[in-house]
Amino acid sequence: MNKRKLVSYSKFGYLFAIPFLVAFLIFTLYPVIFAIVIGFTNYEGAIPGKLKLLKDPLENFKYLFKKRRSGEISYFLQAFLNTLRMWLVNFIPQLGLSLLLAAWFTDNRVKVKGQGFFKVVFYLPNIITAATVAILFSTLFDHPKGPVNDLLRMVGILKEPFNFWQNKIASRALIEFIQCWQWYGSTMVVLIAAVIGINPEIFEASEIDGAGRWKKFWYITLPSCRPIMLFTLVTSMIGGFSMFDIPNLMRSAGGPDNATTTLSMYIYNTAFKKPYKYNRAAAASIVLFIIVIIVSSVLFYLMRDKDAAKMAKEKKAEMKRRKLEEKGV
Amino acid sequence: MASNDLIRSTKDSEVALKSRKKDAVVFLTIIYVICTILAILSLWPFVCMLINATRDTESIMANAVSLIPGDHLKVNIDALKKITTFNAKTGMKNSFIISASATILTVYFSSLTAYAIYAYDWKLKKAFFGLILGIMMLPGTVTIVGFYRTCYKLHLTDNKLMLILPAIAAPGVVFFMKQYLEGALSMEIVESARIDGAGEFRTFNTIVLPIMKPAMATQAIFAFVGNWNNYFLPMILFIKQKNYTMPIMVSLLNGDIYKREFGCIYLGLSTTALPLIIIYLLLSKYIISGVALGSVKG
Repeated sequence: MNKRKLVSYSKFGYLFAIPFLVAFLIFTLYPVIFAIVIGFTNYEGAIPGKLKLLKDPLENFKYLFKKRRSGEISYFLQAFLNTLRMWLVNFIPQLGLSLLLAAWFTDNRVKVKGQGFFKVVFYLPNIITAATVAILFSTLFDHPKGPVNDLLRMVGILKEPFNFWQNKIASRALIEFIQCWQWYGSTMVVLIAAVIGINPEIFEASEIDGAGRWKKFWYITLPSCRPIMLFTLVTSMIGGFSMFDIPNLMRSAGGPDNATTTLSMYIYNTAFKKPYKYNRAAAASIVLFIIVIIVSSVLFYLMRDKDAAKMAKEKKAEMKRRKLEEKGV
Repeated sequence: MASNDLIRSTKDSEVALKSRKKDAVVFLTIIYVICTILAILSLWPFVCMLINATRDTESIMANAVSLIPGDHLKVNIDALKKITTFNAKTGMKNSFIISASATILTVYFSSLTAYAIYAYDWKLKKAFFGLILGIMMLPGTVTIVGFYRTCYKLHLTDNKLMLILPAIAAPGVVFFMKQYLEGALSMEIVESARIDGAGEFRTFNTIVLPIMKPAMATQAIFAFVGNWNNYFLPMILFIKQKNYTMPIMVSLLNGDIYKREFGCIYLGLSTTALPLIIIYLLLSKYIISGVALGSVKG
């Protein structure tokens, strides 16, 4: 009876999934396949000619990694390293700060008042258009006259106005700071939810055993938050690898000396600016895709919940056994 | 003897209590100091922006940091109106059309897709769900070259539709909706609707959708904000000025000849940020609980 019902309704499953599938095929799958294909071809220039496989099909990929004539690493590799660096330098303090705040806001002995206010304020930068934030910070950090330069001179930290846009480290640091500033509130909210989800009895039991604040954090909060931290890590990494709006719109605009050019900016500049190397940009985006897949698989593997994996395996075996039994009956 | 012990132990616990109280005070002080600094960091750029939007360029040049609003708001508004690439009315209209349409598509079709996965048993379901999980990991830049080509082939490069239609396939939202359905919808309700003779599609629209309202509201907020803030795609696709969205207009404030008109730039920035700040303050409760929910379920 039950089985017949499932069979008769299954066509609606397909039917209801069709709109998603069609949109996915047109707007995601086709573009990805197209990128994979043209990475090996001569598809370039304002009006690309007939699609032809290159004599050396890997030419575009090789170019990405070939050293510049000056002997420096390629622009692509530099963009990759810039992206990785700017993501890491923003993510590590972001996670640390968020963990700290989450632990404080969920402390069961000391209630922090005004939490609601702090959460709302810390999350605020995340909601504002990245383009607006980039232009705002460009204006705030203007040289020689700008609010930050004025402030730093007023306090006495600086004697002369400092040009943030012509200094590699400062330009990078600004982007890293903005990323961190925009995202720690979000990460904090996520982690607070994770800590609240921990069974309070575990904390109580550890307190009876005499565990202090630090021990509780280290031995209960951190391990329990692991899956959520992995989730945050992976989403932040994917976001980090597509970092575009802010570095592109900062006054430094990828400079000085390409120090703040990200992978997405490299792809954009290669494809949509003269001489329109669509094929090379496609090759770069494929490499980016592969990097993301590798890194996230490694992360998932490293941070996987071993017990849960074991349980899932056992459950599967159990299901199989049951199915066999049913068949036997 | 015994009473002596009792006295001593209460004394000990009193001492412990006192030291614990002292510890709590120190702990709280540290927390409040750091949180206050962070709050100032979060707010100051926006406060500075709003105040400077009311000041004239000369006084901003003399001293860019001020807590007192100026009286040049009107002058700045007039100056901003003269910037041809910045038209707040057109920008807001375009941004709203795109964001609202995309949000409706995302929320509706993601619910439908999630329902297809949750309520029915079909052969390729597992593969389909795997696909959805897989594309959640796809960085947006990977598809851009091919996406542009698609738009080009369809002769829709300078068309708002290309920012709206892709919203039908939003893997992250489908995933969230499916998780929500698992907790909120029991198949018995659907079964009873079937017995009453309702069609499957009607059942979805009249019975399932109302149950999903809370999840839809949460996802709608994020979809709307995400689309509103999108800069990358419209920047690549749109050439005609009449299609420009707010983020594009604000990005052009940077390189305009009016660059020196600081009051005007700050005002332009304020017009893009202020609506978002107000909406955020009104909806902050839902937004923040939505952030928490999305992660725990995800």
